[in-house]
Amino acid sequence: MADAHSKEIDTISGVETTGHEWDGLKELNNPLPKWWLYIFYATVVWAIGYWVVYPSWPLISSYTSGVLGDSQRADALAAYDAGLENRAKTGEQLIDASLEDIRSTPELLEFAMASGQAAFGDNCAPCHGSGATGAIGYPNLQDDKWIWGGTLDDIHQTISYGIRNGNDEARFGDMPAFGRDGILDEEQVTQVANYVGSIAGLEAEDGVDLEAGKTVFIDNCASCHGEDGKGMQELGAPDLTGSNYLYGKSIEAIKNQVNNPRNGVMPAWAPRLEPSTVKSLAVYVHSLGGGQ
Amino acid sequence: MNAQMKPVAAPQDEDAWFASAKKIYPMAVEGTFRKIKWALLFVTLGIYYFTPFIRWDRGPEAPDQAVLIDLAGRRAYFFFIEIWPQEVYYITGLLILAAMALFLMNAVAGRLWCGYLCPQTVWTDLFLWVERHVEGDRRERIIRDKEPWTANKVARKGVKHFLWLMIAWWTGGAWVLYFADAPTLVVDLATGQAALAAYAWIAILTFTTYTLAGHMREQVCVFMCPWPRIQAALTDDDALNVAYRWDRGEPRGSLKENKKLTLEGLPAGDCIDCYQCLHACPTGVDIRNGLQLDCIQCGLCIDACDTVMTKIGKPTGLIGYDTDDNIKRRAEGLPTSYRIIRPRTIVYAVIILGVAAIMAFALATRDVAGINVLHDRNPIYVELSDGTVRNGYTVRFLNKEPSERDFVLSVDGMPKESRIEVVGVDKTVDGKPVVTVGRDQTREVRVLVFSPEGVTMPKSTPVTFRIFELASGDEATANDFFKAP
Repeated sequence: MADAHSKEIDTISGVETTGHEWDGLKELNNPLPKWWLYIFYATVVWAIGYWVVYPSWPLISSYTSGVLGDSQRADALAAYDAGLENRAKTGEQLIDASLEDIRSTPELLEFAMASGQAAFGDNCAPCHGSGATGAIGYPNLQDDKWIWGGTLDDIHQTISYGIRNGNDEARFGDMPAFGRDGILDEEQVTQVANYVGSIAGLEAEDGVDLEAGKTVFIDNCASCHGEDGKGMQELGAPDLTGSNYLYGKSIEAIKNQVNNPRNGVMPAWAPRLEPSTVKSLAVYVHSLGGGQ
Repeated sequence: MNAQMKPVAAPQDEDAWFASAKKIYPMAVEGTFRKIKWALLFVTLGIYYFTPFIRWDRGPEAPDQAVLIDLAGRRAYFFFIEIWPQEVYYITGLLILAAMALFLMNAVAGRLWCGYLCPQTVWTDLFLWVERHVEGDRRERIIRDKEPWTANKVARKGVKHFLWLMIAWWTGGAWVLYFADAPTLVVDLATGQAALAAYAWIAILTFTTYTLAGHMREQVCVFMCPWPRIQAALTDDDALNVAYRWDRGEPRGSLKENKKLTLEGLPAGDCIDCYQCLHACPTGVDIRNGLQLDCIQCGLCIDACDTVMTKIGKPTGLIGYDTDDNIKRRAEGLPTSYRIIRPRTIVYAVIILGVAAIMAFALATRDVAGINVLHDRNPIYVELSDGTVRNGYTVRFLNKEPSERDFVLSVDGMPKESRIEVVGVDKTVDGKPVVTVGRDQTREVRVLVFSPEGVTMPKSTPVTFRIFELASGDEATANDFFKAP
């Protein structure tokens, strides 16, 4: 093609044309430098070298892995392992430090907050919620009401060994089934439930003798919940005067709890998680705002 | 201009789609522009090679290198300026300035950048100097390249390439010094203790410098660089460019012929067709063909021509900086003029001054303290047993000063008796928490804000988090909300 048309010389530029013409526009043959072509060849050679060295061609059930055995997956895993190792180093510092030290050392606190938040999402959120606000039967960890105590050490103890789970160190408190086991009759249950409701600010049901309810309370409940109903953290007996009602704050819910109490269970985490993770969780939960 | 253009010989062979680059043997010249180019070469290369060794005291623990890009630490230092990664928009400003400076140079005097300052030109000039001292000037080099390979030729070529590689190696070596403490890195490099990346970068830059300045030379300007195309579109009749004054030079002819013509009373130009301008040209163009893409306007043809004109007793300046407009005016017998102040130069200068002023203002008023606030999303608020409401926030403090600083945190917009707590921070001033942030660092803390007892807060209260440094008075604020049921 070139030989058939290439004799034509453009009069203005003095450059030979390629013989290609589009609506009167002619293409000048300003040749590309040879080195440009050589670079193209070099890239072809480079590509072949690349096939040999790096993973490139898909096969039916695998791929050519290349002589270097390079793998981004392996690189990512190595980086992940390096991260874990790095984390373990700071984690060791957490084991040695006291909870109070962790809270007051910015680097440790930042680490504990981050790892505590992650561990909380993995282990605690299913019951306590991702925002730690709890649900009926599962305590809210954001507020300032604590059944088993809200200091760093209390929280650490509760997370480590749990509640009513059979672990030797677990928190234990057992509310008797006053109604189910026939300790109180139905009327007494109604009276005491209304009395408790009244000290919590609920409106009592019509025609219920609150004085009788108070007597029932003093005789049966005060040993754990206290005569004033303020509760006792050592036994996990909640304060009945406020809004710390795990199973619902209504006369009906209180009656249910007196008749047929639910004693909630929390697993022990010390046997399952790293000691540093448990510490991080304690600091994180404490930092949510309710910590004492 | 096209009238003066000589037709280029068309490729005759069948396989003419690719052309071998014609080897160019630039001749040594002496003169004003050569002197300017040497001076600029010393200045620019001096800046490049020695800047990393300039020290700048930023206090203990901070790097004391005046110009440093600390990739690992994510900071860039330039004398008194320190840039954090989120401030890379300063680079945008610099790029605008660079582009506008290029345009302004072009409007004033053509390809000043290409001819005098471009690294490609400067390093090629240095490599040519080496070549000239090892292999001799143009004529010797042409003859030697045609000779068969003798021991002398091998030795000279060997020494040249060795020296080129040495310069290229130093170029790569200086490059990596901008990314780490230079004196330390020099020792580490010499003792084989530097990072692999440092050696790899030196190798890459050695290769590119050696190839581009030693072998590719004008091919880079003609085929790789976009600027010649852009420049041609930006120039105008009033811009100074290196030009051949055809009104004075034509008709050209040898000294003898022209003398004969003059004696016969026929017109004869000053150009004696000696080809010195062509031989001096590092890109191999004939300036007498007019302004062209290959010409980097380095001015060496001016020096070459002036030397000849002086020898033959004619006035210098047959080739010189001139405007298209003036060449036409002279041909028409009109007086020449050069207007440096034109709408084009004014616009570029105003943009440069404007961008520079904005950048200077941004740098001068750069916040050295900063605060970011993120309200808790779950829960939005917490009701406490005493009836008060608590909101939680994640607050990040930024301290861009090279010293540790104490920031007092307060929240504007809340009722008087409300309380602020920072988790893990017990220090207070006037009941306000004081957060210590390390030099040149950020610190993230959890902040709890409590509404006062007995006050019913509205559903949403706009608040302003304010940090205040007692010592300097530096302040930063961030807006957020206090939510309540």
